[in-house]
Parts: sequence; structure tokens; C-alpha cells
Amino acid sequence: MRTIAFREALREAMSEEMRRDELVFLMGEEVAEYNGAYKVSQGMLAEFGPKRVIDTPIAELGFTAIAVGAAQNGLKPVVEFMTWNFAVLAMDQILNTASKMLAMSGGQIGCPIVFRGPNGSAGQLGAQHSTAFESYYANIPGIKVISPSNGYDAKGLLKQAIRYEKDPVMFMESEVMYGDKSEVPEEEYYIEIGKADVKKAGRDVTIVSFNKMMKVALAAAAELEKEGISAEVIDLRTIRPLDWRTILDSVKKTNRLVIVEEQWPFASVSSEITYRIQKEGFDYLDAPIRRVTSADAPMHYAPNLVAAYLPDVPKVVKVVKEVMYSKK
Amino acid sequence: MSTKFSKETYLYWYGLMQTIRQFELKAEEMYKMAGKIRGFFHAYIGQEAIAAGVMTATRHEDPFITAYRDHGWALAKGTSANACMAELYGKATGCAKGKGGSMHFFDKENYFFGGHGIVGAQIGTGAGLAFAEQYKGTDNVVVAFFGDGAARQGMLHETFNLAMLWKLPVIFVCENNNYAMGTSIERTSNVHDIYKLADAYEMPADQVDGMSPEAVHEAMARAVKRAREGDGPTLLEMKTYRYKGHSISDPQKYRSKDEVDEYKDKDPLVQVAATILTSGFATQAELDAIDARINETIEESVRFAEESPWPDDSEVLKDVYLDETYEFITD
Ligand SMILES: Cc1ncc(C[n+]2csc(CCOP(=O)(O)OP(=O)(O)O)c2C)c(N)n1
Ligand SMILES: [Mg+2]
Repeated sequence: MRTIAFREALREAMSEEMRRDELVFLMGEEVAEYNGAYKVSQGMLAEFGPKRVIDTPIAELGFTAIAVGAAQNGLKPVVEFMTWNFAVLAMDQILNTASKMLAMSGGQIGCPIVFRGPNGSAGQLGAQHSTAFESYYANIPGIKVISPSNGYDAKGLLKQAIRYEKDPVMFMESEVMYGDKSEVPEEEYYIEIGKADVKKAGRDVTIVSFNKMMKVALAAAAELEKEGISAEVIDLRTIRPLDWRTILDSVKKTNRLVIVEEQWPFASVSSEITYRIQKEGFDYLDAPIRRVTSADAPMHYAPNLVAAYLPDVPKVVKVVKEVMYSKK
Repeated sequence: MSTKFSKETYLYWYGLMQTIRQFELKAEEMYKMAGKIRGFFHAYIGQEAIAAGVMTATRHEDPFITAYRDHGWALAKGTSANACMAELYGKATGCAKGKGGSMHFFDKENYFFGGHGIVGAQIGTGAGLAFAEQYKGTDNVVVAFFGDGAARQGMLHETFNLAMLWKLPVIFVCENNNYAMGTSIERTSNVHDIYKLADAYEMPADQVDGMSPEAVHEAMARAVKRAREGDGPTLLEMKTYRYKGHSISDPQKYRSKDEVDEYKDKDPLVQVAATILTSGFATQAELDAIDARINETIEESVRFAEESPWPDDSEVLKDVYLDETYEFITD
């Protein structure tokens, strides 16, 4: 099968849906003439023209409001945030308007819109450019949150979000994954939202993760394999709705669960999973559910502080061994 | 030839602008060639005349706040090259203990309130600094810097209205270098003269040649006088240019080399050096000696940064709360 970069997979998803449906358009900072701050939309202006690939000024609240209004009035906007850190300025439109329109209007007016962009840390970018936002948005009823770990999943999920989703979707990528290659078929495909994916089967412990932390989870599983510990690794892919049944099925087999995520720990995705699994699967657990998150602090700049802040393979291996009660 | 400003002023301007320029060039080298500096890095090169003119028209206690293009402002306010370079390296001896990096220089002792990464945010925060000065009854004046791109944020409008309503002692300085990343100013608004944005709030405003320390100083002096006397804010649009890309990773396909060269002909360092020489304020040999001293200071800052220690890993959970008993979630 052919191999393409994550950013190309996203571009294909948008372009294919834009070819299919005139109502779909892309809007954001530097998406058109600059071909995207991270080159996701490269060539799209040339193909679709300035009516449908639209550069905005730096005015996140303003252009998000325009897109939300347009979505309510029949269009299907895809909004690129240069990063999700800047979407905070637009949070009012997302939380107070987009997510609540359907409820407030008694079901009359929905908001079919996709917000996408890179999320979380990307090296030494300092405190204001490094927040992972999945748990923030997942807290909001009325919206869905997708956070893929590879180009194949990203393309299928983004196409699904643009074409079939009628509700607002937050789609979270990562600067450090845009160059990652993965096998993506030429043929069109869609991936259902709300379905986790078992990326590696295993017997002894379940590791759940998503987005770029999947690399840490899989590398930790490979490390553990060498020591005779067989980890099953689940990629959530969608955060809200949360596919807890796939996690529970795995836990029924392994009886142990470790969650790896880049969120801050308080009220995080792992907090929610932990609640659900202890409630639905209490009798299956042989050890407390554990997690590895980012440090409970803003991310600092120095390289050693970045390393100390983020989840990594040794931290995950250590926690897995603790839930295995293994002596080494 | 007689000049409007004194010999001391010109020599100060020359020294400050040369310090900023040499610092940025060296830091860029340590980023690109040596890989010692990481993350986003936005050079101030080309815009030094604004720092020069603003400094001579303000006092040390006047608080400054800016965006991520902040190295020049820290150096201007008095942060040592050592502390700046060490911050870029992420060392414990940096002006933010290695926690901020390029975009987040801070130096409270020198009234520098930083280095902010969210475009436009510091416009409002700057007005807040001014609110405190007014409240405390000082006659300090705050200077809040932002780019042409930042001028398109809603923050500007809310802040201008509040600052005029309460006559806050703040000067809004837009460093208009014609580009917000790859987007030229004509593509971000119908209004290309940013100083006109003040009109809607009846705020005094000026458009200033930001390549000229003389012009910057004069416009700033008028605005500072007004603010110190309690007559409220001013918007100054400084027309300037950045010679380098938006950040180190910018390939700059959106502008021509000719356009960049045109501005380099108006280079403030060249202009000020020429004035110094034709006015007999210094000889070329004396300027060369100044350059050599600055060069030594910058080289020393690299040695200092190299030799400084990393922050301790335990710093991850420090400077988050002032409450030292705070119990963090650690698993
Ligand atoms: C709220 C927000 N949106 C987008 C960005 C990404 N970004 C960083 S700098 C920049 C351009 C800003 O241009 P300008 O205000 O003209 O300042 P200059 O870089 O020219 O000094 C953009 C879009 C950001 N940091 N914050
Ligand atoms: Mg600019």
C-alpha cells in the first residue's frame, strides 16, 4: 500500500470532502496563501480558490463566530486553528454558542462544524504553546472530540466528521506527528467516530492512550514484552464519545489498566476512564487503575524540564510493573 | 552639522541598537549552527530604532510589556546579555530561570513584564499594569507593544475603549513591520493605517517612522508627557521592518529580496553611525572600539550560558503556586 504523511492524509480528507460538497470550506490563519502554518492545506487554495480556502486575520474569536454562524445557516465549515492554544480565544463561541445551539433552540438549529489543528506540546515551546486540550473540550456536552494517532485513522475520522457529523467536532492533531508516514489506501474510506482501536493485543495489562502518546504506549509495550509482560494497547481515537466498552472488554481479559495521556491530571481523560471502568468492571480488577499524565504544572522551556514533565517509556514501564506487582 | 539630540544620546542609541543586533545574530547562530537553542525564536533585527527611541523618551521605572519578539526589549530595559542568552539556552541562570525561553523573557527588577505568546493578549494586560500605576498614584507610564497582526484581535478594541474611558497612563506602540507571519497588512483589514484605529475611541494617535530613533523619541516624548500628566493613552504606529523571517523556521516566500533590501538601505544602525561620524561625536575608530566591546559582551554571554547549570528537575513543580505547601497531583 502507498505511504503518505499525516499532513497529507488530513489534506486528502478535506480535499475529497470539498470536491464532493460545495458547502464545505476551509478557514483559518495562513491556510491559503502560505499553504498552512504546518503545510496541512498545501495546494488547496490553488485547487479550490479563495472563496473556499480562506485566510483570516489573527482574530480567533471573530472568525470562529463567522464559522459558527455560517454552520447554523447551512454551510459546513472546517476551521483550522494554528494551534489549539489559540482556540482558547474562541472558546466562548465553541462553548456558549456552538455546543448549546441545538439545546437552546429546542432542536431547531444545529451546528455542523469541524474545528481542527495541532494540540499539546511540540518540544520546547514554553508554557503558552503546550497545553493538551482534549479533556477541556471533552467536558462539554454537545460536542465530539477526536484525537487520532496516525495518518490512516486521521483521514478516515476527519472525512467522517466533515461528511456525516451533524454536531460540532473538535479534531486534535500534533505538530510533531505531521511528518509521520503511514499506509493510507488510495480508495476512499471512513472510520466511525466513537470507536477505539486495539493496536496491539496482549494478556497481562491494558494500556490505553491516544494521539502522540500512543507512541509512548506502544514503545512501553515493546519494552515490557522483552521482560515477559504482555500488554494490550488501545488507541482511543475518539475521546468523546468515549468507547469504554472496548476498554472494559480488554480489562476483563487482563484485569489491569494503565492510562497514558498528555493531559494534566485533574479531571483528565484518565479520570473519566478510571471512574467508568471501576464502576462497570470493579470485579475484574486485580490492581488499582493507574495513569501517567503530564506534570501538574505549566510546561517549562528547559529541555530537562520538558522531559521531566511529559509521560515517557520509563515512567509507563514503571507504573505497569507496579500494577503487575512485579518485583524487578 | 547641528543635531537635535546630544552626542550622549546618539552614542547610547548606537550602543543599544548594536547590542540588540549582535545579540540576535549570535543567538541565531547558536540556534542554527550549534542547536543550543530550541523552540520558537523571533529576532528583533530591523526594529532596533524603536527600542532606541522609546528608551530615551521613558524612565527606568516605566513598565514595558510585549509579545514573543522580546529579546530586544529585555536588553533595552537593562537585562544583561548573560541572563538573556542563558534563558535562550534554558539554563537556571536565565532571566526566567530557563522556564520561559525565547518567547517569555521577564525581568521585574527592570520593569519588564515580558514576553507573551498569545497574540494580542498583552495589549490588555499592559493597560492593567497602567491601571495599577494610576491606582497607586505614581506618575509612571506603561508601554505596551504589539504587532500589526495583533492589531486585528478584538482585545485591541476592548482595551482602547477601557483605557480611554479611565484615562489610563498607557502608550500603545504598534510595531508595524508589515507582516503577521506570512500575511501582509493589506490582507488583514480594510484599514492599512493602524494609527487610525484610535479614532473610533478619540484616542490621540500618530504614525511614526520606526526606522528613525529621532522620530520614535519625539513621538514617544509627546505621548509620555500626556500620560504622565493624567491625560490618558496614545496609540503610536511605528512603521518598521523585520529583516529576518517571522521565526527561524520561516522560508519567507511571501516577500521579495528587493523588498527586504529596500529597508536595509534605511537601516537605523547605518543612519545613526553616519550622524555620529558627520557630527564629529566619534571617529570610526571609536565606533569600532564600541563594536568590539559589544562583541566581547555577547561572546561572554555565550560562555556564561554554556557554563551555567540546567534547572534542577524538581523545578517542574516549582513556581506554579506561591503557596509552598500546595499538594500537587503526582500520579
Ligand atoms: C492568539 C494567537 N493566534 C495565533 C498565534 C500564532 N502567531 C504567532 S505570531 C503570529 C503573527 C503575529 O504578527 P504581528 O502581530 O504582526 O507580530 P510580529 O510577529 O510581526 O512581531 C501568529 C499568527 C498566536 N501566537 N496567538
Ligand atoms: Mg508584524
